[in-house]
Amino acid sequence: MLRRNIIELRNLTKSYNDTVVVDAINLLIRENEFITLLGPSGCGKTTTLRMIGGFEDPNDGDIFFEGTRINNVPPYKRNINTVFQKYALFTHMNVYENIAFGLRIKKVPNDEMKKRVQRMLKLVDLEGFEKRHVDSLSGGQQQRVAIARALVNEPKVLLLDEPLGALDLKLRKEMQIELMDMQKNVGITFIYVTHDQEEALTMSDTVVVMNNGVIQQVGSPVDIYNEPENRFVADFIGESNILEGIMHEDFLVSFSGRKFRCVDKGFSKDEPVDVVIRPEDIDVTSPEDADLQGVVSSVVFKGVHYEMLVESGDFEYMIQSTDMQPVGAGIGLKFGPEDIHVMKRGSDNEK
Amino acid sequence: MKNKSKYLAYPYVIWMAIFIVIPLVLVLYYSFTSGNIHDPGSLKFSVESYGKFFDSLYLNIIIKSFWLAFLSTVLCLLFGYPVAFIISRAKMKHRGLLLLFFLVPIWMNFLLRTYAWMAILSPNGFLNRVLEMIGLPTLAIMPGQKAVVLGMVYNFLPFMVLPIYTVLAKIDKNVLEAAMDLGANGLITFVRVILPQTIPGIVSGVTMVFMPAVSTFVISRLLGGGKELLIGNLIEQQFTVHRDWHFGSALSIILMVMILISMAVMSKVDAGNEQGGAALW
Repeated sequence: MLRRNIIELRNLTKSYNDTVVVDAINLLIRENEFITLLGPSGCGKTTTLRMIGGFEDPNDGDIFFEGTRINNVPPYKRNINTVFQKYALFTHMNVYENIAFGLRIKKVPNDEMKKRVQRMLKLVDLEGFEKRHVDSLSGGQQQRVAIARALVNEPKVLLLDEPLGALDLKLRKEMQIELMDMQKNVGITFIYVTHDQEEALTMSDTVVVMNNGVIQQVGSPVDIYNEPENRFVADFIGESNILEGIMHEDFLVSFSGRKFRCVDKGFSKDEPVDVVIRPEDIDVTSPEDADLQGVVSSVVFKGVHYEMLVESGDFEYMIQSTDMQPVGAGIGLKFGPEDIHVMKRGSDNEK
Repeated sequence: MKNKSKYLAYPYVIWMAIFIVIPLVLVLYYSFTSGNIHDPGSLKFSVESYGKFFDSLYLNIIIKSFWLAFLSTVLCLLFGYPVAFIISRAKMKHRGLLLLFFLVPIWMNFLLRTYAWMAILSPNGFLNRVLEMIGLPTLAIMPGQKAVVLGMVYNFLPFMVLPIYTVLAKIDKNVLEAAMDLGANGLITFVRVILPQTIPGIVSGVTMVFMPAVSTFVISRLLGGGKELLIGNLIEQQFTVHRDWHFGSALSIILMVMILISMAVMSKVDAGNEQGGAALW
């Protein structure tokens, strides 16, 4: 599916008092895409979003919106709207006036304004709340007002800065689904910022993993999870066993003192690499017919599965399995070539 | 627990009864009687004191008092709001210092500050000396209404700045960004978002400036040079010079009622705003 680019970040840089927060990032954002900027706090994701919204001026680099450079366009002239982390509703206005705020400024005729506000109230499931004071709403309802207030302006791009951060887990899950539905219904680009990797994987078409102001990987949720490009991504997305290994030749890697078949290629001969094996990809078997042997050192019940730490050689593997083994049991670990992910060892591995 | 905790309020209730309720009742009693204060037996019910008030001389004084207090309040608002706005937008580390500049004068004695203005504004005062030195004509500000208004604005400005600053500082920066995000430029953001949210602060500020301004007698005596008699001076004179406590009490009650009415009007302005926690009543 080929879509037009709507936003392009070129070499975008932002620093505060010599601390570089966003370090020369390049990113293409396509029309109708649900794209998530994901990373730990302080990774520069919110700053990037705020630069797109126009609330921060980049120190260097350019922001293009539909091919036009918008670095110097003030926020109120950008065809972009934002849903803020703490909703930032106008507490001196009722729900209707909050949503109508942008339309009143644009001097939209009363009839049309009424219609558009009503349509938004329906979209965010708040019909009948027009006259309610925003302070009397629950967190989830306030968040929906904030979304309606932004969407009613029919922006081409909606920026969302950790919009679900203040909600409890159950409500957050519901809102995730609702947001995804809304994005499909209105058909505009969502740029979503979160530190919650599960949220990012659930909702996005494209995930942008950031760390220390640098983009680590851009890809679909499946790619990001299954084919992490470096140690940081593997570590940040989900649980991982990350081992040091040597790539002998295409499809052959060694770690933990053994050689394994794998599905990766394109490395130089005997290149030092990082190897990732996801905890849920390791099968527990009897020691005899396994690739590796180990001793269970701890077991934690996690609900859906047990999380076990298994000492094998000088490495401690994390395994997620529904098959519980007692502490001290000698077991075998088994995984296939497709469960082994080989990554280049980057310079910023240890960050 | 609930029943016991109410005993803790007794000291305050007793304090309020002795120092607020009883004096008020006494003032009310004196205002509705006539006779010799020092001979309680001679006191009779009378509305004579209230009748006296409707002399055009006294009516003019109360009109002037309210007019000057109103003028001072408006001027305080015009100067105070921008000042509060600038302080609230200043960098965090500068805010304390800027606020301090406005607070330090309050820590100095009120009389001393007003005397200082006398020294500056009087016909042979500092201001006119400086004007003479640079060859400009001298100004006859003091004694007069201008000096009184200036004294009021100077003395009461901090009471306007502080409540407005408090409300301004509480406005979430994200809310202003949200307004901009929705298409509002600086002016629209101010008119549609900042100003409505600061109404509680404006109401408290206006209240805190207007009330002392309307009843002051020190500023008008010192800077008005005895010519600008305000209601405060009138009341003071009834107790100290004319020894007519009945009329003095009646004037106090009249002033109180008029302040209450003005404040009730102000609180109507604030009524639309449901979180007017900063308003005095």
